[in-house]
Amino acid sequence: MNLDDLTRTSGEWLRGAGPESDIVICSRIRLARNLATYPFTNRATRSDKTEIEREAKAALAKTSFQLEYLDVHALNPLDRQFLVERQLISRELMQSEGPRGVAIGPEENMSVMVNEEDHLRIQAVHAGLSLYDVWEQINLLDDQLEQQLDFAFSPQLGYLTACPTNVGTGIRVGVMLHLPALVQTREIEKVFRALHKINLAVRGLYGEGTQAFGDFYQISNQQTLGKSELELIKTLNDVIPQIIEYERRARKDLVDNRRQNLHDQVSRAYGVLKTAHQISSEETMHLLSSVRMGINLGLIDDLEIATVNELFIHTQPAHLQKIQGRHLEVDDRNEARAQYLRSRLSPGPDPRTN
Amino acid sequence: MREKCQRCTKPATYHITDIDGGKVREHHFCDEHARQHLSPQEETEQTGTTPTAAPASSKASSRAAKEPPAAEKRPCPYCQMTFAEFRNAGRLGCPHDYEEFRNELLPLLENIHDETRHTGKFPRRAPDSTERQTQMIELRKTLKQAIDVEDYELAARLRDQIRTLEQEAGR
Ligand SMILES: [Zn+2]
Ligand SMILES: [Zn+2]
Repeated sequence: MNLDDLTRTSGEWLRGAGPESDIVICSRIRLARNLATYPFTNRATRSDKTEIEREAKAALAKTSFQLEYLDVHALNPLDRQFLVERQLISRELMQSEGPRGVAIGPEENMSVMVNEEDHLRIQAVHAGLSLYDVWEQINLLDDQLEQQLDFAFSPQLGYLTACPTNVGTGIRVGVMLHLPALVQTREIEKVFRALHKINLAVRGLYGEGTQAFGDFYQISNQQTLGKSELELIKTLNDVIPQIIEYERRARKDLVDNRRQNLHDQVSRAYGVLKTAHQISSEETMHLLSSVRMGINLGLIDDLEIATVNELFIHTQPAHLQKIQGRHLEVDDRNEARAQYLRSRLSPGPDPRTN
Repeated sequence: MREKCQRCTKPATYHITDIDGGKVREHHFCDEHARQHLSPQEETEQTGTTPTAAPASSKASSRAAKEPPAAEKRPCPYCQMTFAEFRNAGRLGCPHDYEEFRNELLPLLENIHDETRHTGKFPRRAPDSTERQTQMIELRKTLKQAIDVEDYELAARLRDQIRTLEQEAGR
């Protein structure tokens, strides 16, 4: 797999399709699995990890999912960061040591990390609210892997994981939402509190460092033991439409009561993104969030949601550096980011061909 | 001042300040939830790095400094991890640790998940057919609930899962 080719595309999950895609970016499920006959990754020796990787690679290659394996250990730091920005690997896998990798499926809908916190972290993602489809896919991949690998499993405790917070199903069901209106009207706190009460976790999506990432929030289960996968999925699937409804109502409120302010905010955001000559990552996220909402409310009509979604990823540091084909310090990145945004947002022929 | 963890009933030992979209937000968590919170969202789970924030309560630091009880120093015969080490690192050493430290882990599991019994997927190669039966019982119960609330999409999926299991049992 040539990572440079990926700089011109984005994963299917970012293309702004799927049910409720004005608010739901994507649905994601991961399963944590470990091979029964090795220590967990944190206690595994280098030769254990080599063996685990060998077994995993062989099993992954035999599935029907056309997964391509990337040796993360052999990648340079920029490429590792690039994979993190694309959400194909975790920061943990980026920063850890020793034999490890990731198998990536077509359109970036599936990925399997090897020698992360658990030996296997299987992940599937689709655009929009589509948890049951995602489950069907990942369950099938898990079945196929299990025909070749002995997973650590106990009848009472289920799939055994390095951290007891994942034991049982090993499942994390997550839905990523764009909630700019709830953030603006400050109603989001109420939503968070309600979700915590029913044992769901909410976290902001982070870009560089710990800066919040354009009003995106991921809602996911915390409990993994004592409920079936479908029960946990159903919990999420039942609650998400309510949050969508709150966000829609908050947007309608903004349109009804603050239309001029809203229009002004959206147009300024769009204007800055189209014309700036230096722009930080945080400001970009912040403005793109307004623009994204503006498109969904019909205040901007010459820009696709898919483009905005893609810009959230492509304006991150490793992406910019790979697009430019050279190393960039922070200041240079801010210039390169502004230049890239101008080229993608200005009308006329695609300046990328210049 | 003792504050409770905002996710569970344990005392909060970490006080974390997040800057979120320009807004400053205070969080109060127990060790477990602090670690969970500090690992960024799913796809960038940063679980390898345990929280660097210093425990705010002096109780937590003195507890960590104290000698662990003898039972917690018994190493797992396979990976040599002790329960005391697990307490510090938050990660177990090998699958057998769930057996080795069962008594110490069960209260923890109950605290985290409210449950101590797996009712989800079983590997198809799971040797014990009584387990398959328990799972069937559970699935049928969920199926009935799904039909009761007219969630036919879920019901259809559960029915498929039950059929698959039945076929395997008859194999
Ligand atoms: Zn807690
Ligand atoms: Zn062990």
